[in-house]
Amino acid sequence: MRSKLRKELPLHLMLLPGLIMIILFSYVPMAGVMIAFQKFIPAKGLFGDQKWVGFDNFDYVMSLPNFTQVLWNTLFISSLKLILGLIVPLVFAILLNELASNVIKRTVQTAIYLPYFLSWVVLGGILIDILSPSGGIVNEFLGLFGVSKIFFLGDNDWFPFTLIASDVWKNFGYGTIVYLAAITGIDPGLYEAATIDGANRWHKTWHITIPGIRMVIVLLSVLSLGQLLNAGFDQVFNLYSPQVYESGDILDTFVYRIGLLDAQYGVATAVGFFKSIISLTLISSSYFLAYRFAKYRIF
Amino acid sequence: MQQPLTPNQADLTTVHRKKKFDGISVLNATFLILVSLLCILPLIHIVAVSFSSSAAASAGYVRLWPVDFTFASYMYTMSRTEFWQSMIVSLTRIGIGTPLNLLLTILVAYPLSKESHALRFRSVYAWAFFITMLFNGGLIPWYTTLKEYGLLDSIWALVLPGAVPVFSVVLLLNFFREIPKELEEAALIDGAGHFRTVWSIFVPISKPALATLALFSMVEHWNSWFDGLLLMGNPANYPLQSYIQTIVIQQNLSNMSRDAMLDLALISDRTLKSSQIFLGSLPIILAYPFLQKYFVKGIVLGSVKG
Repeated sequence: MRSKLRKELPLHLMLLPGLIMIILFSYVPMAGVMIAFQKFIPAKGLFGDQKWVGFDNFDYVMSLPNFTQVLWNTLFISSLKLILGLIVPLVFAILLNELASNVIKRTVQTAIYLPYFLSWVVLGGILIDILSPSGGIVNEFLGLFGVSKIFFLGDNDWFPFTLIASDVWKNFGYGTIVYLAAITGIDPGLYEAATIDGANRWHKTWHITIPGIRMVIVLLSVLSLGQLLNAGFDQVFNLYSPQVYESGDILDTFVYRIGLLDAQYGVATAVGFFKSIISLTLISSSYFLAYRFAKYRIF
Repeated sequence: MQQPLTPNQADLTTVHRKKKFDGISVLNATFLILVSLLCILPLIHIVAVSFSSSAAASAGYVRLWPVDFTFASYMYTMSRTEFWQSMIVSLTRIGIGTPLNLLLTILVAYPLSKESHALRFRSVYAWAFFITMLFNGGLIPWYTTLKEYGLLDSIWALVLPGAVPVFSVVLLLNFFREIPKELEEAALIDGAGHFRTVWSIFVPISKPALATLALFSMVEHWNSWFDGLLLMGNPANYPLQSYIQTIVIQQNLSNMSRDAMLDLALISDRTLKSSQIFLGSLPIILAYPFLQKYFVKGIVLGSVKG
């Protein structure tokens, strides 16, 4: 017994630095959600003698006229991103897989994958420039077809769709690789057999490729569910402006503004807490479903 | 679900069946090439603007090639001390952050890759780490905590909170599990302890996986901007992406001297911003060939194992 513990001890020691880090930087901030139930005064400190106010902060948030709008924006933007984020890469993976030339295939992959690596600061800067109604290259291009100028980032009708389209643009390369990897794993014998049986391109896609990666599709869909309340802080923060708050303000940017700009710490934490609880429920259920339907285990 | 992919499959270019050229193939190829252009043309346009004269850029003459080629906007950006300060902060961040991430990933992944009977409380530990991926206190508690620790305005605020990249831990522990048990047993018989085994056997074998994780970590550190913006009160401590964010997105020029303003009048706002956008993405673009190769493996390793 003694010697077993001694053999194990180095393993526990190895875990120690990592544990200390997550306790300090993940668990202590989790304990900090108590701010949601306080009238928090920063000067008194996180564990100082703060005034407890029960659910007042939550009541206050619910009474804000724009809270429902923010919640709606979040759900609308993120669900469209999730749906397109699953379908667009799937279509591209299938189209790419049909390419006969490996050179084109490789080049296309390299190109569509590039925006994924750039930060939303860089991409935000690019989008602000090319989408500008005054001299932006996109509007000039549309002008060639007689389309009148569109203020993509300043018009409430356009803004959410600009967010969704640019998010798909940034990320579909990543998703395509995942699907493509799965397609490459399909037994080539199936395609040969189907060809002998006289199947054409569509038959093969429909009856071999898609069923062959069904599990990956299920897995990615289920796992993405957990992200429903994350409409993309990095992106929205870098692209929005007061005139599109109505259509583009999401929970995370809302928290940022009431919390850090208006210094209403308690209220902002209440919104964040609400979001975390729902996200936790969604993510846990999605991992459970992923395990049920795709036998996915994280470790 | 599926067999683990071999490196050959991970290359994603294996052709399974004979393909013939016909109308649909040509249409497909054309479509895909057009979409590829859509992904890179915006970047090329920005680069072209950044190298164009201020007059040509403001008048909107620039398409995909610089007009009246000039380095003016780059000279201006490079002459700014803020630019170099933030560049140094970014490089320091990568220099400290990446090794720290790798070290902690290895130290956490190795014990967790053991069977439950070989490590007491294994599942307790595993969940302790995993929960941090599922739940967090939110923005305000996070900010308040770091403030209490006295980390604001210090480089440690940028590297310590993310010191344990749990997602990387999951990837590496799954990788460690694929390593044949016999190697480890042989090491133990030869009298190596766990630390020795990790360092002399697991780390060398896992070099490709570790290289992937190192790239993940470097890109992450390079691209992060919000923590810099939030946690650094003094703009001199901003990493490069945070600096670019204030200049290009917020258009906050308030901390500029009068001379700097006069200089700026000679260069258009647009070429200046474009050059900063380009400088902010340059390391990624230069590293892209390596990035792509490793990331494809990393993604395949991480996303579709079963």
